[in-house]
Amino acid sequence: MSKYLLNKFLFTVDRDPELVERYREDPKGMVEAWESEYANRILNCHGAESSTWLRFEDAEREALAAHDYPRLFELGAHPFLTLTLFIAMFERDHEPLGFQLEYARRLGHFALPYPDIAT
Amino acid sequence: MAELVAVIASTHHPFFYRASTSTGEDRPPFADEWVRKVEAFRETLTKARPDVLVMVGSDHFHQLWLDNMPQFLVGKAPFYDANWYNEEREFGLPRMLFEGQEDLSTYILREGIDAGFDLAFSNELRIDHSITCPIITLRPQNDLPIVPIYTNIFAPPLPRPSRFVQLGKTIRQLVESWPSDKRVAVIGTGHLSLELGGPRQFGPHGPDPEFDQKAVQWIASGDLDGCLSEVTLDSLHLPGNATHGFMDFMLMMGVAGEGKKADYVDTYDLFHTMEAYFTWYPNGGVA
Repeated sequence: MSKYLLNKFLFTVDRDPELVERYREDPKGMVEAWESEYANRILNCHGAESSTWLRFEDAEREALAAHDYPRLFELGAHPFLTLTLFIAMFERDHEPLGFQLEYARRLGHFALPYPDIAT
Repeated sequence: MAELVAVIASTHHPFFYRASTSTGEDRPPFADEWVRKVEAFRETLTKARPDVLVMVGSDHFHQLWLDNMPQFLVGKAPFYDANWYNEEREFGLPRMLFEGQEDLSTYILREGIDAGFDLAFSNELRIDHSITCPIITLRPQNDLPIVPIYTNIFAPPLPRPSRFVQLGKTIRQLVESWPSDKRVAVIGTGHLSLELGGPRQFGPHGPDPEFDQKAVQWIASGDLDGCLSEVTLDSLHLPGNATHGFMDFMLMMGVAGEGKKADYVDTYDLFHTMEAYFTWYPNGGVA
């Protein structure tokens, strides 16, 4: 499990308007590109000093590529990061609060305790 | 020594700014009453005539990240820019600029470390809505210097609730021992029951109204013992998956003091979460 890397994806995309739009339009291509270009960057370090070992597990890559936020919840991605990014991408397609309520409904099968989000 | 003139604990609802400034059809039906309550709450700070604000909040994965995550961090800078692109995008929050009270930051860091808190610091901190929301509600003219203090309520492992209370008590001691003639208010924001990114989010009320009632009672009566006897890192998952933000309220109960009843209490039951506003005047009244 690489919950940290899932969160890093959500975090770095959510804060960048261009990446938000790329992820909305082409999730599969965007996730592949992100994994090769961004996944190993230490965020406040020079590119030549990137990490060497970070990669998604297949289930994580697939969930991201499918915009499958219930699966991201199940995998232990940080719910705040997931919610914020998915609101940025899809709130515009719904009535006010409509996307947030659909999001809750689609997670309705989860009961306490929720998946562990510790990284 | 400096005087602690007000202790304020509040929720920080990022939608207040948009709700309160919207007009016509865009204005939600709950906005007028919300504005009325916020303006009454604001008066409790205005009356205390503070010179400096110590602002306790929690970065929502904006500047602080999992590759280098502090538990408690004090800003020490002459200025703080504020609000982030994703907060403008989602909440319509404006960009802001604050002046820092750098000498108080220096004092809190030195004395706080010596008092047993290994505080992290930042000399270039862009602050987020956990601190800008209470400025918007309580001091919209944004004319006072601040000391921002961030707590980790977001990225486990978290400090335990008792640690938040201890930090609150220490902040009070440090403010009251600061060699200055300034009047200081400590303002901290957190949450009652709250769910974000989970199945109980954005309901007609907060996810756990029963917890909210109990929490308001603990805070209003200063019942730290009762609160600490029931609230744990594990128990906070039950009222909602973002309820660990309640620990910032517990920190503020530590600032206010054991058994100290709040001088002002108000709540507002909104969709999604309950608003809660508390003010203590440590010297028994406003001078």
